[in-house]
Amino acid sequence: MSRIVILGAGISGHTVARYLHRMVGKQHEIVVVSPNAKWNWIPSNIWVGVGQMSEDDVTFDLASVYKKIDVDFRQAKGVSIHPEGDTVSAAPYVTIEYTLPGKEGQQERINYDYLVNATGPKLNFGATEGLGPDHGHTVSVCTAQHALEANEKLQATVDALKRGETKTLVIGTGHGMCTCQGAAFEYIYNVDHILREAGVRDKARIVWISNEYELGDFGMGGVHITRGGYITNGKTFAESLMVERGIEWVIRAAVKKVEAGKIHYETLDGEMHELEFDFSMLIPPFAGVGLKAYNKAGEDITGDLFLANGFMKVDADYTARPYAEWSAEDWPKTYQNPTYGNLFAVGIAFAPPHLISKPMTSANGTPINPAPPRTGMPSAAMAIAVAKSIRDMLNGAAKPTQTASMAKMGAACVASTGSHLLRGTAATMTVFPVVPDYDKYPEYGRDMNLTFGEIGLAGHWMKSMLHHTFIYQAKMKPGWWLLPD
Amino acid sequence: MPKSANKEPYQQAYYPPAPTGFTKFMRTCVLWQAVRFIVINLKMLKLMKNSH
Repeated sequence: MSRIVILGAGISGHTVARYLHRMVGKQHEIVVVSPNAKWNWIPSNIWVGVGQMSEDDVTFDLASVYKKIDVDFRQAKGVSIHPEGDTVSAAPYVTIEYTLPGKEGQQERINYDYLVNATGPKLNFGATEGLGPDHGHTVSVCTAQHALEANEKLQATVDALKRGETKTLVIGTGHGMCTCQGAAFEYIYNVDHILREAGVRDKARIVWISNEYELGDFGMGGVHITRGGYITNGKTFAESLMVERGIEWVIRAAVKKVEAGKIHYETLDGEMHELEFDFSMLIPPFAGVGLKAYNKAGEDITGDLFLANGFMKVDADYTARPYAEWSAEDWPKTYQNPTYGNLFAVGIAFAPPHLISKPMTSANGTPINPAPPRTGMPSAAMAIAVAKSIRDMLNGAAKPTQTASMAKMGAACVASTGSHLLRGTAATMTVFPVVPDYDKYPEYGRDMNLTFGEIGLAGHWMKSMLHHTFIYQAKMKPGWWLLPD
Repeated sequence: MPKSANKEPYQQAYYPPAPTGFTKFMRTCVLWQAVRFIVINLKMLKLMKNSH
């Protein structure tokens, strides 16, 4: 019997656990380590953040689900990886530290035969002074708890608007290197929708601020779609929607500091600006969670396993090259660590070889460009590929058998722009592939038959359906494996 | 009768295309959106088929 340890139980980690349990759960031991007691369907947090869903609607207890299927769940965080074991034993192991009430701070060693790092991001609010709900002046929708707090402050703002006051709401990214513009995009339109439903939209100034070079970049370098007899860049549609909803935008901006009621930001031309606000939701930049690694002698090899940003090296080509020489082939296929064959990283935890959007730097040397997205559909696809590869390696395969390159897979994004059964809308977008492949698709880097976008009520129905479907699936209810990931 | 202020050009909101009333109506027209729902599902299935 082998033991597979999965660090992290978010979308990618839980997907690895689900599939491994189904494929090899009776023959092998599966251990899931997560500091969070609850699984969170993060895409719906934006609805918690505007008061249209509760925390319970988007989360469930992990322990009860894993108990039901006999997966060993430890509510703890990963501390260090020892891929060569130690001087006493060559068995690789991880050190974990419990966050479970009653066992907080206790450390434990867990040996593994295969390790999957699916730890997701550290929400790096500290990268921008004054950012974030804990020690700053802005709110967040990155966790269900953050979204609850965001809604409390939003409702207070709505009450003030109802009293006839005027307010400025600023939503977007809180650093020059943020990813996840999609969440902020959804949130700003849902806030707009809420204010319209409350009849106070005319009292509010809503401003988008982001590190994108153009609206609609989303960390993928933008996207072209065929619409109205033209092949048009998504920027056109993103700007159109902003104007239609009366939202102003600031782009090419790196938020440098947030004070109470005031955002300081730098733009690509090197100029510094200030933007006053009454309510602000800014996405933080992501970093790795800070796992350390040690070799057999106990020497620190963190720099060998991880890039400086804390994300784990996998089978990508990390050779530094100028933008013009980037290739689809740079992107990882199996997500196996190149040094230790029994070590994998999926979801946000793996280190991308480079950005997807073109790197941009301000006149003062500040990087202002979105980091690549690797959540949602791609993270589930790579999780399934890794689960199947581990299954095959357990059965004797010498190397991973499955691939899931982001340069070979598509992604669908359904971005809510207002929740209501009959008056709601969402922007539905698909891209194929996620990472442009200019060798295969010389004109736009993507297959124009598989890349499309539209906005409408159907998108809202789609988003609602996906919410219920994925939570059903994640709870591993009967027939979950029949549902697409 | 007072003269209306001229629409200010060269502003951020001046250039992007704006949806017509018909386009906005169709976005929430239940019958049309039911059709689009099916079309979007088929497009996503095609995307997933090509991704594997």
